[in-house]
Amino acid sequence: MLEVRDLVVSYGRVRAVKRISFAVEQGQVVSLLGTNGAGKTTTLRTVSGLHTPDSGEIWFDGERIDRLPAHKIVQRGLAHSPEGRRIFPRLTVVDNLMLGAFARRDRGAGADLARVYELFPILHERRNQPAGTFSGGEQQMLAIGRALMSRPRMLMLDEPSMGLSPLMMKRIMSTIAELKAEGVTILLVEQNASAALALADHGYVLEVGSIAFDDTGAKLLSDDRVRRTYLGED
Amino acid sequence: MRRPQIVTDERRRRHGGTGWLVALVGAVVLVGAPYLPWAYGDEAMDDMTYLGGPSPTQFLGLALGAALLVCLLAARFLVPRLPAARRRWFAWHTGASAVATGALAFQAVVVVAVALELGGLVNVEYGGWIALAGALLAFAGTRLLVPERTATLGRVHSPGWLVIVVIAVVMLGSLLLIAHALDEDDPGVFIALLVFVGAAVVLVLRVGLGGWFSSQTARFRPVLVMAAFLVAFAFPFTQDGSNANMSIATQVLIFAATALGLNIVVGLAGLLDLGYIAFLGAGAFVAAILSGSAFSAVGWNPPFIVTVLISGVVASVLGLIIGSPTLRVSGDYLAIVTLAFGEIFRLVMINLDGNDGPDLTNGSNGIPNIPDLNLLGFDFGEPHVILGVEIPRFANYYFLLLVLIGLVIVVFANLNRSRIGRGWVAIREDEKAAEAMGVNVFGLKLFAFAGGAFLAGVAGAVKAHHDISVTPDQYVFLESAFLLAAVVLGGMGTILGVLVGATLLRLMPEKLRFFDEYRLLAFGLLLVVMMRFRPEGLIASRRRQLEFHEDDEELAAHTGETPPGAGRVEPEGAR
Repeated sequence: MLEVRDLVVSYGRVRAVKRISFAVEQGQVVSLLGTNGAGKTTTLRTVSGLHTPDSGEIWFDGERIDRLPAHKIVQRGLAHSPEGRRIFPRLTVVDNLMLGAFARRDRGAGADLARVYELFPILHERRNQPAGTFSGGEQQMLAIGRALMSRPRMLMLDEPSMGLSPLMMKRIMSTIAELKAEGVTILLVEQNASAALALADHGYVLEVGSIAFDDTGAKLLSDDRVRRTYLGED
Repeated sequence: MRRPQIVTDERRRRHGGTGWLVALVGAVVLVGAPYLPWAYGDEAMDDMTYLGGPSPTQFLGLALGAALLVCLLAARFLVPRLPAARRRWFAWHTGASAVATGALAFQAVVVVAVALELGGLVNVEYGGWIALAGALLAFAGTRLLVPERTATLGRVHSPGWLVIVVIAVVMLGSLLLIAHALDEDDPGVFIALLVFVGAAVVLVLRVGLGGWFSSQTARFRPVLVMAAFLVAFAFPFTQDGSNANMSIATQVLIFAATALGLNIVVGLAGLLDLGYIAFLGAGAFVAAILSGSAFSAVGWNPPFIVTVLISGVVASVLGLIIGSPTLRVSGDYLAIVTLAFGEIFRLVMINLDGNDGPDLTNGSNGIPNIPDLNLLGFDFGEPHVILGVEIPRFANYYFLLLVLIGLVIVVFANLNRSRIGRGWVAIREDEKAAEAMGVNVFGLKLFAFAGGAFLAGVAGAVKAHHDISVTPDQYVFLESAFLLAAVVLGGMGTILGVLVGATLLRLMPEKLRFFDEYRLLAFGLLLVVMMRFRPEGLIASRRRQLEFHEDDEELAAHTGETPPGAGRVEPEGAR
């Protein structure tokens, strides 16, 4: 569904992503792992058109999208829940969610609103409150819900567990599992490797801008290098 | 941002009774003092030298005192007798506090005005000092009252006829007030009147009537809007064919129409445009060149409707030219580029004089002798008699400008409620997040910028004919600054706020000519005071109020209470 070939991205003279290639198949959850500065967020931002790559190709559903502006990419069904959630703090929950449906031209947003409320009942309860008054976990739910409002065929989540309590993190991860069960294709960037790999069909490990190795989620979870570096085991 | 508290809740609880008594004494003094002479000379304001015969201005002071008296007495004697459900309908203490502040400002203005107009404080007679002392007592006393948290009158459902009657009375009252204020020649009386109106409005809002008015009229919004336009249309009929006030009124309308256009750019899309006047100027110059004036270098004289469109298009093309490179980068660049563009425009107009460039604008002399408009045989230069009332030249333009403002308001409100409006909200809140949501950030910004320029161009075309001559020095940076100030002071993103802001900013210099040298000083002071105490502007959209008072929990809770929206971003400009 998504294929990235030899992607190179830089910020000025600093090369953040150095020739990486990976693929996400329909219905899969694919995880990008790596320490801070490995280039995970840059990769996601480039895929969703917020950054222009230096070279390389990005294909989504048989169409090359690496030169398209961000709003065209969202229209094609690739939603991005950005790092740090970036909800609109002064807008209410409903307004936030409806902005998630901005790129859509059809009138079906109401049905998706109901679906998001079903997924996160708390959002329905507080639908008219400014989103800035929410806890981190609730804001993350809102960010995921907002991304779902564009009825994406593929969802990219950037560090959904960042700064959350262990309990809230579990809740978010189980939501992602639910989405996976519904057949949503997900590209997941996470620091929490064990949680991410437990969900992932396939994982890529990034180190300073390149893919160090990749394997299925289950195999990576038992891989020595991963265990040492990302799970803090000796 | 917390203000230091001199009067704590604890002190209020302990000394509330004393405060009430002191305020009551102050109120009685305020009611009585107008019957005493306030000034030694009859030239000051509207002759306040009589014992036992208050002047109109003194009656205004009396009215404030009476309102305070009503608030105080109602709080003490009426409220305990009411059934529990009705006790919190009005916020009497909060209202008393507001009106006492207003009375103090009013009496201070009177004293200062008398002193300035007669040359020294010795010219203030004992009555003026007594009234000021009364206002001080009232002010101090009301500080100690325990303010009610909210007035619940807004939740009471009232019959429709009552609401309509109130709308009619309010509208008629504002018409008479505006006509009266415009006829006032004495600057002291004019300012005192403004302060009085301000105090009255704040009192109405604080005491709970404002909440009732806004919640009840929400059902009758079309009636309210129609009534406002009717009043505006009726205004020239109150002027007995005089051109003097109508000329001021048309200037206000041109300024307001332009400010509303700028409000789309600044208030809705959040783009800081410091050279907006250049688009007005572009429209005016295009219209002047195509007007058939003998001084125009172009012989072609199309019908006005065509001219208007060309003016708008030229202005928006200029907007596209400077917008497309700058709107891609961060907002600071836009401010700098538009600032420079405003100056470049003026200098280019000066240089298109046949010496330094092609002859198009006659240089700094500009294009004079622009003929009056003639639409479908209606000559705007001639007085007309409608319903037995003579409608002079400026009144003709006044009607045309009202139509133009109506058009701008329709555009504004529809954009605000549309998908585009929602995109602008997202861009204003967080541009990066908006982009990730699929908002075409650059496209929407460019649209706002060019669209705003188009409206300014259209207004400029009318302005050219209204002014008769168009010169480059009418379109200086200061004018851009005043336009922006009208938007910010009035309330960014609102229609009513910007109309009020534009009216005040254009009317005040007109009425306070003696103050001209200090105009910028006063203007700067006003801006500083506003930014400190009410950064969201005179009339704030609810969302913007949240923006500036994020730590205000009461406000956040209140917003949470609003009835569920139909899943759309609330149209803030409609308020």
